[in-house]
Amino acid sequence: MEIKKSGSKGMSAMAKREERWAWLFILPPFIGFCLFMAYPIVFAVTASFSRWTGLNSLLGNMAGFRNYHDILTDPKFWKAMANTIIYMIGIPIGMILSILISMGINRLKSLGRIFTTLYYIPVVSSLVAVSILWAWVFNYDYGLLNSIIKALTGLHGPNWLGDEAMVKVAMIIFMTWKGLGGTIILYLAGLQNIPKDYYEAAKIDGATGLQLFRYITLPLISPITFYVLITSMIGGWQVFVEVQVMTGNGGTNYSAATIVFYLYQKAFAQNQLGYGCAVAVILAIIIFIITAINFSNQDKWVKTMD
Amino acid sequence: MSDRVIDRKELLKRAKKGHRTKKQKAGDVIVFVLLALGAVTMVFPLIYMVATSFMTKNQILSGKLTILPDPILIGKYSEVLSKGSFINGILNTMKVEIPVLFFGGFTSSLAAFAFAKMRFRGKDTFFMALLATIMIPFAVVMIPQYVLFTKMGWTNSLLPLIVPGCFGNVSIIFFLRQNLYSIPTELMEAAKLDGCSYFGVYWRIFLPLMKGALGTQLILWFMGIWNDYLAPVIFLRNEDKWTLQVVIKSFNSYYAIQSDYALIMAASVISIIPTLILFFCFQKVIVQSVAISGIK
Repeated sequence: MEIKKSGSKGMSAMAKREERWAWLFILPPFIGFCLFMAYPIVFAVTASFSRWTGLNSLLGNMAGFRNYHDILTDPKFWKAMANTIIYMIGIPIGMILSILISMGINRLKSLGRIFTTLYYIPVVSSLVAVSILWAWVFNYDYGLLNSIIKALTGLHGPNWLGDEAMVKVAMIIFMTWKGLGGTIILYLAGLQNIPKDYYEAAKIDGATGLQLFRYITLPLISPITFYVLITSMIGGWQVFVEVQVMTGNGGTNYSAATIVFYLYQKAFAQNQLGYGCAVAVILAIIIFIITAINFSNQDKWVKTMD
Repeated sequence: MSDRVIDRKELLKRAKKGHRTKKQKAGDVIVFVLLALGAVTMVFPLIYMVATSFMTKNQILSGKLTILPDPILIGKYSEVLSKGSFINGILNTMKVEIPVLFFGGFTSSLAAFAFAKMRFRGKDTFFMALLATIMIPFAVVMIPQYVLFTKMGWTNSLLPLIVPGCFGNVSIIFFLRQNLYSIPTELMEAAKLDGCSYFGVYWRIFLPLMKGALGTQLILWFMGIWNDYLAPVIFLRNEDKWTLQVVIKSFNSYYAIQSDYALIMAASVISIIPTLILFFCFQKVIVQSVAISGIK
């Protein structure tokens, strides 16, 4: 109170009035931020040091770093971690496909718009519904994929969701399919932002198509690549729904489980809420570090047009 | 002078259209064919979903590659719609959508207006704090939120999905703030001189001006709520309160054992239709606003 008074001494009555109204206008999101973000974060960090089940006392069961120790020595956690990272192979695959497709769409001009729509349909479709759909497509006995394989080769296709290695391939295929349209739209906007005369000038100098791509297109869409990389990595660490819908229990020998899946099971199936909070804190730290690394490496390869 | 201008225009035109060589045209055809193949691959699973929903169990479990349903069975759609839980799921989702979009749209646009057009101390700090929350995974806060909602006795209602949204949405605030920067602030000064209150300036001048941007954001938010699964599955303890996505998931677990894939697919198809319709109607603005968020 005291500080506020002395701080606003120099302000005119009008400016003071403006400030008060402004604070009122941003009050709802600020309350939302405190209640549903700041408080939960503090709570999660505190609970992560407790053997808390939701029924016992949180502060009465403080156990130091025992949760963290248990997590880091749990083979299931490392398996979930490895799977989560393996799924991210889909990120560069999706990027390369998106760049190629958006260049194609860009070349066809207005005709390409139909393709944008078609490629974007999976993005707006419900994740649960399309996960159910793909579980059916990957079905070992009757699924679309194995029917096609059988019709083409006469052999029975792999057990996509049951096999420990194939389930990862299946998930990567699914995630690439689901996310491709979103990345295409971003790259398309990036490509349309490149001034045409850059290409004209380079062509006059005798540059080949590949050189145009390497020295003009690729550097000038690098901010988009950076954005896609950041957002898809943050998203990649949080994969959960498709795993739960398509495999139910995390796959044969936990071969499909992700970190969030592990967290969900610990917290909500086994009531280890403190333990779950510790997993959440580890997840937040991982995401923070990776995002920070991405940002600090940014100068090395991200070019800006101006 | 004017001759030269025309000359240049002519050249540009030629460069754009007339000058396309045979080689380039052949390239266009190849690109078109490749894109079409890709598009078919993308859409095919969805077509297969629709097809399966019309198939008989015999056809589905034949193990042969068939796409066209024979005979065409429409009964699964009426079966899905006659299930109380399915309609109930849609109603519950709508009960979340309407208040969240209404109040959340209002609080978000009001805050965006304050951040873009008003002067106050702590503006940047508040804004950065809000913006940082975009990066925080929901998984990190979901356990404490769950405990909070349980303590408040909300887990037997839809409140855990409604209340947080009503306080506003950070991505929308961010987007609208960017949008408002392109509107001159002089409008605000003029209105203030006319004796308009700050809320009046928002309500009568800036809200109408950001109508389009806000509308697009609300469509995207509608889709997000419609498709949300993780929050509902954690927070809703009472089966009567399940939203559509949770209902569909439970259909999947239940009917897959009975191999009733036609029913599961019919339910999934219905659940996708509203977002698809919205997307087809507002395609242009949706694509634009998604692209803008990437460039900014």
